[in-house]
Amino acid sequence: MEKLGFKRNKSSKNIAKERLQFILVQDRIKLSPSEMKSLKTELLEVLKKYIDVDDRKINMQVSREEEMMALVANFPIKREVN
Amino acid sequence: MGGKTIVITSGKGGVGKTTATANIGTALASIDKRVCLIDADIGLRNLDVVLGLENRIVYDVVDVVEKNCRLEQALIRDKRFSNLFLLPAAQTRDKTAVTPYQMQELINVLKEEMDFILVDSPAGIEQGFKNAIAGADQAVIVTTPEVSAVRDADRIIGLLESEGIKDPELIINRIRIDMVDRGDMMGIQDMIEILAIALLGIVPEDENIVISTNKGEPIALQKKSRAGQAFNNLARRIIGEEVDFMKLKKDTLMKKIKKIVGLS
Repeated sequence: MEKLGFKRNKSSKNIAKERLQFILVQDRIKLSPSEMKSLKTELLEVLKKYIDVDDRKINMQVSREEEMMALVANFPIKREVN
Repeated sequence: MGGKTIVITSGKGGVGKTTATANIGTALASIDKRVCLIDADIGLRNLDVVLGLENRIVYDVVDVVEKNCRLEQALIRDKRFSNLFLLPAAQTRDKTAVTPYQMQELINVLKEEMDFILVDSPAGIEQGFKNAIAGADQAVIVTTPEVSAVRDADRIIGLLESEGIKDPELIINRIRIDMVDRGDMMGIQDMIEILAIALLGIVPEDENIVISTNKGEPIALQKKSRAGQAFNNLARRIIGEEVDFMKLKKDTLMKKIKKIVGLS
């Protein structure tokens, strides 16, 4: 509800600016789906050297969080096996 | 040294490249520069129409590269300025009829005769664009304050850079100050923030442009019109003059009175 109200007060040009910033980051990063996949795999290899990661549940995408664009990756950590 | 070649491009179609090319060319000619305008939109020619020269076309750029005629035979002298020339596009061919190399050669010859060569780029990023940028010393990017236009302009900036054309300059076209003030249109600062290139100038929305195109008389000839003034300012900046950006807000009557009385 709060978010709805906030958006109504935001001028359309500010919405346009934010959308553009998001769109342009995606365009500029220029990673094809297969390149994203390679990036994921390589990141995973590095992480695995240090942390026991559950590689079945990895999630990685460019996303927008409020005012920032970010490359967000979630690497679930395996529970310790005793 | 020869003339400076400027490509006028945008990515997005319909943002005002042809109008800008015709008018900046006219404005440059009006301050005694020797100017050649090249319509690189082969198959969809329009620069001739905006200049009112559509019934003077005998040969076009494809005729020149195919050596059906000499370059001088294809150049059309403007109706109003004897130092302004148009090299029209072909209407019955497409963009594969000319190669970037051929464009470069053509421009090298023209450079010896001209102070400025303005190349009107087609929309898009394919062969037409590649032809248009071949031989360019500098790029001017035209955009409107709209999301899709800005996105495409950004892409073009990246492509230009990878083709070795650095430091493009921006023209923000069709700006409506009333909408900017209401927060319904991106303003100058917003655009520069997003695109992060130098601003060459702004052109306000002006319905006189429709009228001038109807008549085939570039608006730059009417220095009192808002858009006409803007294009003339752009031309002066291109030759290196420092020109203040136009005041977009018209003074209200109250403001004018205050100014006279000394209250503002």
